[in-house]
Amino acid sequence: MSSLSSSVARRPNADRSATIAFWAFISPALIGLTLFTLIPIGWGFLLSLSHAQNTIHFTHFVGLRNYIDLLTDEEFLRSLATIVVFAAFIVPLTYAASLGLALMVNRVATGRSFFRTVFFIPSAVSYVAASLIWRVSLFNGLSFGFANHLLSLIGLAPIVWIGTANPPWYWLVLVTVRLWLQVGFFMIIFLAGLQEIPSSLYEAAAVDGADPGWQMLRHITLPQLRNTSISVLLLSLIAAFQAFDEFYSVLGSGGSANGNISLARPPLVYLYSLALSNQDFGRGAAGGFILTGLIVAITLIQGRIVRFGEADP
Amino acid sequence: MRKRLPLSFCALGLLAVLFLLPFYLIARNALMSDEQITSPHWAWLPPQPHWDNFIKLFQDPTAPMLTGLINSAFIAIVTLVLQMLISSMAGYALARIPARGRDTVFAVIVATLMIPSAVTFVPTFAVTAYLGGVNTRWGIVAPGLFSAFSIFLFRQFYLRFPEDVEEAGRLDGLGYFGIYRHLLLPNSLNILMALGVLTFIGSWNSFLWPLVIGQDPSAWTVQVVLSTFLTAQTVHLAQLFAAAGVAVAPLVLVFLLMQRYIVEGAKFSGGKE
Repeated sequence: MSSLSSSVARRPNADRSATIAFWAFISPALIGLTLFTLIPIGWGFLLSLSHAQNTIHFTHFVGLRNYIDLLTDEEFLRSLATIVVFAAFIVPLTYAASLGLALMVNRVATGRSFFRTVFFIPSAVSYVAASLIWRVSLFNGLSFGFANHLLSLIGLAPIVWIGTANPPWYWLVLVTVRLWLQVGFFMIIFLAGLQEIPSSLYEAAAVDGADPGWQMLRHITLPQLRNTSISVLLLSLIAAFQAFDEFYSVLGSGGSANGNISLARPPLVYLYSLALSNQDFGRGAAGGFILTGLIVAITLIQGRIVRFGEADP
Repeated sequence: MRKRLPLSFCALGLLAVLFLLPFYLIARNALMSDEQITSPHWAWLPPQPHWDNFIKLFQDPTAPMLTGLINSAFIAIVTLVLQMLISSMAGYALARIPARGRDTVFAVIVATLMIPSAVTFVPTFAVTAYLGGVNTRWGIVAPGLFSAFSIFLFRQFYLRFPEDVEEAGRLDGLGYFGIYRHLLLPNSLNILMALGVLTFIGSWNSFLWPLVIGQDPSAWTVQVVLSTFLTAQTVHLAQLFAAAGVAVAPLVLVFLLMQRYIVEGAKFSGGKE
């Protein structure tokens, strides 16, 4: 009772010190986010409406010209198509592979932590370093590349993995490198989800005569992993649309003689060359907004599809 | 049931070999000579390890590896320390300090959470260039210090901090700063380590932003050095793999030492804690 009355008496003072403390604690984050996220968005929006060649200032407004230019630019449209194809491969494969690994690691009796470490450890490797291994050693087009060495053991001729548009083997290179790098991380998230499923559900299903393989997976494990699955799909989708490192490193930087980037140039690589090589910051900024719009749209569509499944038990 | 286990064990074993293969390829090629790497006769192990590849790498002026290592270490450590400090302070304010405007601030932070950072790299470059950050370490570091995602996770974490502990601290005469410093921070070691290690790894491995800002070789990070080395020349394969080894080894070591926390961090990021 006395503590209540004293705290009421303290109120105006406490309010003021709380306000001061709140702004003191929040301001470093708020100033930083304003400088490096909010202002860039506003600045970028104004740049996207400007003719900003060789300048980062918005002085010469051209309305929606940059957007129209980009949306009628075949190269840019092809880059959007490239990233949609890439996401269509990498997102389902990542989902299936990380869930599959998690289910296997979760079940195995001996060596569980060993296997978990082995599948998770590629997360420590950068996209640049992994791309280097994939491009120069694993999928080197010459006969000393590892994959070609294995082919030679069964009497097959070496394959040019990266240089040719037809057949498009470079997709195998690009998809497997990202798969190797990110599958372990998502496996860990699935493992955490699996451990939260109460074992009583499986016991009850066993009493009802469900077979421990497919039926339990379909009717217990997958529905119980719904929220985890949504996180994994969303995180891998958003990451896929921002792919830059492995395309740039595997296919070359475009300007250089050994560049194969015209085979598959994702939007960020295109915007990078537009903004930093051609110094066209107006169109570079506009492209960023178009890509953001695409990511938001596809995220919403994916959300609908996933929720659509929820209605059907 | 008993029959199935060995089968899945074998499958896991095979997958483990596949997952470790790239590490083996780095080590094999980094310790061979160029002629041995390109030889038509495949050798599984280097006949005699060529450790001199590493010496030659650090003497190669086209790949300023030492500068890259110093830059990357500086950037990753500063990002780790300051991002954790800034985010935990903000998370504490959002979770535990009642003040007018708090909901608005939180809404703004959640809104920035939705914006994919790589997509805004062109205007962020414009702002950072305007502030004079091109070719400087702080220009590479600065945008990475402020993570709406980390702030959000710290807020969620501090929302669950027991109220009576805070009240006891207040009765002992602690103000808001004292409560943060003496009660919340010491009890946040798990989340600090979990997000901190992930931040460190992400910072060390990041490529697009350091490539955009660090155009001068003196500002190159390890990843930019590696990328330049990869695209500039393909003759010294052994040195290229030595460079990859130098870039990857410190992080694999950090990973193995801190794995417990990284697993926690992955769970936090996936919405599980």
